[in-house]
Amino acid sequence: MKKLIKYCGISVILFYIAVLSGCATTAVKVFETNESQVKLRSMQTRAFDTIDKQKMMQTVISTMQDLEFVIDKADLTLGSISGSKFLGYAVVTMTVNVRPRSEKQLLVRANAQYGIESVEDVATYQDFFTALEKAIFLTAQQVD
Amino acid sequence: MKKKHLFLKLFFTFLCLGIIGCASIPKGFLKPNEASLEKRQLQMRQYETTDEEQILTAVAGVLQDLGFNLDDSETKLGFVAASKKADATNTGQVFLLAFLGGANAVANADSSQVVKASVITKPSIDGKKIAVRVTFQRIVWNMNGQINRVESINDAEIYQKFYDSLSKAIFLEAHKI
Repeated sequence: MKKLIKYCGISVILFYIAVLSGCATTAVKVFETNESQVKLRSMQTRAFDTIDKQKMMQTVISTMQDLEFVIDKADLTLGSISGSKFLGYAVVTMTVNVRPRSEKQLLVRANAQYGIESVEDVATYQDFFTALEKAIFLTAQQVD
Repeated sequence: MKKKHLFLKLFFTFLCLGIIGCASIPKGFLKPNEASLEKRQLQMRQYETTDEEQILTAVAGVLQDLGFNLDDSETKLGFVAASKKADATNTGQVFLLAFLGGANAVANADSSQVVKASVITKPSIDGKKIAVRVTFQRIVWNMNGQINRVESINDAEIYQKFYDSLSKAIFLEAHKI
């Protein structure tokens, strides 16, 4: 009997630990990224020598459509475009932001998610900007 | 001896967890492939007009004619998004599942779907035409309410039907690009 109570006690404690640690970690995970903020920003951002925001956004939309994205949201004032595409069973969502950088340049930032994971791969973003460059006939410049 | 066994088991469990954690995002999914030009031809038409607003109004009207509800739009970018819930029951599939797995398996058959449409209009490079590009996606649920399938729709007939309705709506002949 004593043994049984002991085991029950231990399992209750283990259960509490599991529940409590579960709560703590998932809430913290909301802002979790693997890469540093600076590195992430640099791989997701490029500058272009144009100030035509509308044309840039239309080109971003065309590029995303060529990449099989369906555009879900777009807003000229905010300069944001969101789209999604299906890869097998996974959903890829991407948001692209266009904003002025100076009087001569626009800044384009793309961030993609694959399922529940953020895409933090340099080559993947480079692919997108290469496609965008070709569509708008301008060079994508790395931003420090 | 038993302790060693337990240790090995634990070791393998963690190894498996580690591997699952690493099984990650495929590369190159933001690279244009050869199929994209074909898809563009399927999804895109040009109209000989410069009145983008008229085209966009017609697009919204046609989507509603086809039973879609408008979800979002941004006129300045020539953008309209809409969605529609529809039945996805396929008698053949239900029969096959019933034949192979009985009543429990039937619940796995396609039951309902949500079709999403997204339309973009844009002036052509010479500024004399308006290009319209529509893309369709669908999510299919089974009778248990679980997602069976997610896919882009690449059926030429569906795109043709959309543009037939649109052409009628704007009384203009659609020119294939």
